[in-house]
Amino acid sequence: MNVIVIAVISLGVIAFILAVILYATSKKFAVYEDPRIGKVAEALPQANCGGCGFPGCSAFATACVNADSLDGLNCPPGGSKVMNNVASILGLDAEEKEPMVAVVRCNGTCDNRPTTNEYDGAKNCAIASSLYGGESDCSYGCLGFGDCVDVCKFDAIHINPKTRLPEVDEEKCTACNACVTACPHSIIELRKLGPRSRRIYVSCMNEDRGPVARKACEVSCIGCGICVKTCPFDAITIKNKLAYIDYNKCKLCRKCVDACPQNAIIEVNFPVRKPRVKKEDEKGAAVTKKKVATDANQTMKAEGSKVKKVDQPKTDQAKE
Amino acid sequence: MLKTFSRGGIHPKENKLSAHQSIKTLDVPKQATIMLSQHIGVPAKAIVKKGDEVKVGTKIAESAGFISAAIHSSVSGKVFRVDKVVDASGYPKDAIVINVDGDEWEETIDRSDELVKECTLSSDEIIQKIADSGIVGLGGACFPTQVKLTPPPSMKAECIIVNGVECEPYLTADHQLMLEHAEEIMVGVSILMKAAKVNKAFIGIENNKPDAIELMTKATASYAGIEIIPLKVRYPQGGEKQLIEAIIKKQVESGKLPITTGSIVQNVATVYAVYEAVQKNKPLFERLVTVTGKSVKSPSNLLVRIGTPIEQLIDAAGGLPEDTGKIVSGGPMMGKALTSTNIPTVKGTSGVLIFTQKESNRGPSQDCIRCSKCVSVCPMGLEPYLLAALAEHKEFERMEKECIMDCIECGSCQYTCPAYRPLLDYCRLGKAQVGGIIRGRQAK
Repeated sequence: MNVIVIAVISLGVIAFILAVILYATSKKFAVYEDPRIGKVAEALPQANCGGCGFPGCSAFATACVNADSLDGLNCPPGGSKVMNNVASILGLDAEEKEPMVAVVRCNGTCDNRPTTNEYDGAKNCAIASSLYGGESDCSYGCLGFGDCVDVCKFDAIHINPKTRLPEVDEEKCTACNACVTACPHSIIELRKLGPRSRRIYVSCMNEDRGPVARKACEVSCIGCGICVKTCPFDAITIKNKLAYIDYNKCKLCRKCVDACPQNAIIEVNFPVRKPRVKKEDEKGAAVTKKKVATDANQTMKAEGSKVKKVDQPKTDQAKE
Repeated sequence: MLKTFSRGGIHPKENKLSAHQSIKTLDVPKQATIMLSQHIGVPAKAIVKKGDEVKVGTKIAESAGFISAAIHSSVSGKVFRVDKVVDASGYPKDAIVINVDGDEWEETIDRSDELVKECTLSSDEIIQKIADSGIVGLGGACFPTQVKLTPPPSMKAECIIVNGVECEPYLTADHQLMLEHAEEIMVGVSILMKAAKVNKAFIGIENNKPDAIELMTKATASYAGIEIIPLKVRYPQGGEKQLIEAIIKKQVESGKLPITTGSIVQNVATVYAVYEAVQKNKPLFERLVTVTGKSVKSPSNLLVRIGTPIEQLIDAAGGLPEDTGKIVSGGPMMGKALTSTNIPTVKGTSGVLIFTQKESNRGPSQDCIRCSKCVSVCPMGLEPYLLAALAEHKEFERMEKECIMDCIECGSCQYTCPAYRPLLDYCRLGKAQVGGIIRGRQAK
């Protein structure tokens, strides 16, 4: 019994002394941190994705607290909801930001883009792009090794095994910009999510001359400029033989989608169109055209059977 | 005991199939595509436009910066277009396409075979002439020669080292050049010695070319200050830093230029081009290319006009074999696989290599077993397994500390890896990224 009492008292005394020392040091060496930083950090998604341009959520929180206004500060994964929370904590006004989404500007699926060579090097877009342009004749399009998938922290982008192109899950995408910087061919762009997630964009990055681009891919932009003439809102410009739709000017009228001879302009989340009687003939023509294109594609494939493999010349042959 | 470099290195099977095949001149192509970026540095600026008439040797693009080189037409005819063309990199780059009509040379070019020994020009005049002739290092890196010959004022050249090593397996163009043009190379070396104001030159030749060593040694008799150094066969002896160490036993410090050891290294093919430019007034518009491979009918050494499509070279060597798996521009160790046979030859095309389906297959990449073979063969004393892992995890700052910028991309690590890991690919990726980081820092 005595032993227990002595032990409790001695440990208790030690604990008390240490507590006093700890209290004294914590007072003496206290570092003042704005209590709002903690609050702001709590309001953030804590994904540490870096989409805001800061190394992590707490760095962003510090920046928000130290800033005089929230202009230019934005948390892409949190969106306007989180930014409004942050603003209310700090007593500031949050900039109204349109929700954005990542868009893959390449539609060079296996069917659309004939393969002209085979790559057996390291399965990494950055390495493949440093060695050559890609497995087809288009050196602007998707390489398909999924560097964008690797960097996505929200599981929002995946390679479709059928098309070998990345597809963005717009529910999960937070527009953090990680995939945009990861893509060596810069085919991923952040665009306005649009009303009811509807948007229109040119799904091609090919800057080659028309005939070259057309030969490389069935759905390439050939820079013909028909869309520019069709657009009633001056939203489309052509730069380096490639059309670009300004999402701030685009009113989603879909005229360019119909006009594009290469089907390079893509509409997303629009309801299926009612078949229009007047357009019937035109559509028939379009179908035949498409068929011809596929046939041409077949012949090209046959020609391209002398396939060359591409990668860093492996030195096995010397070994043998 | 033959001289060689001290650290690492490998000895792949030589496979010099086209050795002793005398130089054949390839026909002038019907259309020549001359790339504007055939050298390290700023791409040249085109000075001709569509429809212009050019002759063989006409300057068609001028140097566009300190590290840049002029480019001359290799054919005579009319400029068809100045446009982007896909080159060996797989990306479209600026090029001048010329439709060939006849074969009319500029009158200033001396087309005789006669050996011209005397050179009365001064050092500066020689360097100017080299710059005007668009000469670049023909070993593969294509560094403009005039830049190498004008070291920064604080450094002084003491000797010229001529690279006759040809350590890449398969390639034989330099060997054949030494056999057929030994005297011209000697004159070229004397010109370079005069230009760099030195009185000592070494020509390093690997011991697997005894005939070239013998012939060149005989040729040195009438030229003062030139010495032939036979070297042990070892890859990558043709690397600038390795060759300097092998011959003058001085190491180039990390991050320093080779001139800090007092030596200027030039390839034999470059030396021959210098001879032709200075003595015969002939700018650089053709070069020797080895077309070879085990399945190739007649492996050969061809004299090719720059801008000729690779296809024509392959046809001259007996056509594309049936079971071709890979076509490589350059040697098997450092060359680059091509995606099309339509790609034009450039100043740096030292060889065209054709591999069969079986030879070109890479083994499946497996996990690193830490055998450290890559470390023991790295001629620069780096740790490739570590660098590759760092590049894979995007730890580029750490890579800089591990001296990735010293990597010479020789591929010895990847050659030796028993797990077929793409070590060189990742090292190259890291080197490019770190280079970008360093340039960004310097720009600030």
